[in-house]
Amino acid sequence: MEIAVLDSIVMNIQLLGACWLVSNVFRYYLPQKERYWYILFLSLGLSGLIALDSKGILISVLSREADYLLFLSRSWGVRFGVSFLLIGCMAILSILWYTLEEEQQNQQRKTDAERLEKEAELYKLRQQLQPHFLFNSLNSISALAGSQPELARKMIQQLSDFLRGTLKKEEQSSIKLDEELQYLQLYLDIEKVRFGYRLTTVIEKDDACNEMKLPPMLLQPIVENAIKFGLYDTIEPVTIRITAMAIGNYLQIIVQNPYDRETSSPKQGTGFGLNSIKRRLYLLFSRNDLLETKTDNNLFTTIVKIPQAT
Amino acid sequence: MKAIIIDDEPLARTIVKEYLQGYPQIELVSECNDGFEGIKAIQQYQPDIIFLDIQMPKINGFEMLELIEDPPAVIFTTAFDEYAIKAFESHAIDYLLKPFSRERFDKAFQKWLDQNNPVIHKTRTQELLETAAQLPSQHQRVVVKISGKIKIIPVEEINFIEAADDYVKIHTREGSLLKNKTMAYFEKILDAQYFVRTHRSYILNVQEMTRIDPYEKDNHIAILKSGAKVPVSKSGYAKLKMVLGL
Repeated sequence: MEIAVLDSIVMNIQLLGACWLVSNVFRYYLPQKERYWYILFLSLGLSGLIALDSKGILISVLSREADYLLFLSRSWGVRFGVSFLLIGCMAILSILWYTLEEEQQNQQRKTDAERLEKEAELYKLRQQLQPHFLFNSLNSISALAGSQPELARKMIQQLSDFLRGTLKKEEQSSIKLDEELQYLQLYLDIEKVRFGYRLTTVIEKDDACNEMKLPPMLLQPIVENAIKFGLYDTIEPVTIRITAMAIGNYLQIIVQNPYDRETSSPKQGTGFGLNSIKRRLYLLFSRNDLLETKTDNNLFTTIVKIPQAT
Repeated sequence: MKAIIIDDEPLARTIVKEYLQGYPQIELVSECNDGFEGIKAIQQYQPDIIFLDIQMPKINGFEMLELIEDPPAVIFTTAFDEYAIKAFESHAIDYLLKPFSRERFDKAFQKWLDQNNPVIHKTRTQELLETAAQLPSQHQRVVVKISGKIKIIPVEEINFIEAADDYVKIHTREGSLLKNKTMAYFEKILDAQYFVRTHRSYILNVQEMTRIDPYEKDNHIAILKSGAKVPVSKSGYAKLKMVLGL
């Protein structure tokens, strides 16, 4: 009885040790190639070692039990086989476990990277300020500084407030329409100083959309596109019309500008500005159908729909 | 000496006007809102120098210059991208990047006064327009003057272009127009994916072509949607096949 207990203690402690060793090996080192050979040799080696080692220990401890020594030498093969199977199983399990863990970590890293990329892209899209606008505005200020310094000061103020808006770092997911319209007004006031009588804007909105929300800085590039298209495609005074309304669960904003269909393709109107808006809407809402443009007579219309959180 | 300012922003004109007051020998004869007014004013007053913005309604500063027979000396005033404008450094008398200081203005103006020679300016303007033609923004349309009227043709509307002595004949759906340019010029500025020089005297809009037939020896002839026929030489045929991916 004592002999049996002693035998199993020696064997099992060694087996446990080997399993622990195997699992730790795979925790820190996952073979990428020829992993089955790796498992096979590791298991063979370890089980051989255990068999030899336990035999050595048991023989030296129980050297007077002749029957037992006979049993031991006969069961040597069986012991080796069982150890091999156990260690092999452990190795396979460990590999599976740690591979799975690594996979999960990779997945996590990938989603993290994607999220960061998306945030960076959104930030960049919001930041795209037209240098042309900035330099021309500064030029107007320079002109006003000579003749009407008070107006120059006012325009510096407006331009600063506008720039501050574009520099906001964190993406507030959404702001109220009223707030966005205030910001837009800053931009429109600057453009009106630049273009004088040629530029008129009309803003109309439903009371129903006062509380509706939209991503910040979304409207300004759309209006900028309309102004550019309108002002550079005609020589007459230009009216830009901005209409906001609530349609079901959407805030719909329509921006209209005149254009000359004789001389320009509507493609021109969907230039860079609108593409980045489309991209932004896609990143935010995973939808490609929120921005559309159409032309009728001599009017170019941009329609943007913003889904409202329910 | 006479000067004209052409800029669509009133305040931008004000600043040039203000800086010009330092030169009593200069008479500001006209201020223009756009290129059309600019062309008229230049014909009417024959100025010695113009201050010209690039981005303007309908036709831009380059296009306006193209339409003037004898362009005067030009100083560009622009907020145009600095890198793009660098290309003109050697051609224009000078360019002023908005906003510019009085010192910078004086420097440009002095440069013109020092080398005021209409012949040099004329060749320079010509070279400048050739450089400008390479800007991507200039490849979307062609501006021509036809019996005093200015016509803007989006390049998609060109069916084919034909050499005609010192001119080229631009064929569109609505008829043909003459422009004082070379075939090589159009071959260079038009998008090579759509416009192929099929023959020494022809450039073809591939999208307008319906079929292509053999025609004498190694030559072919392209039939257009409009029914027009355009000769295709042996080397032109090879180019056409490459563009069409055959």
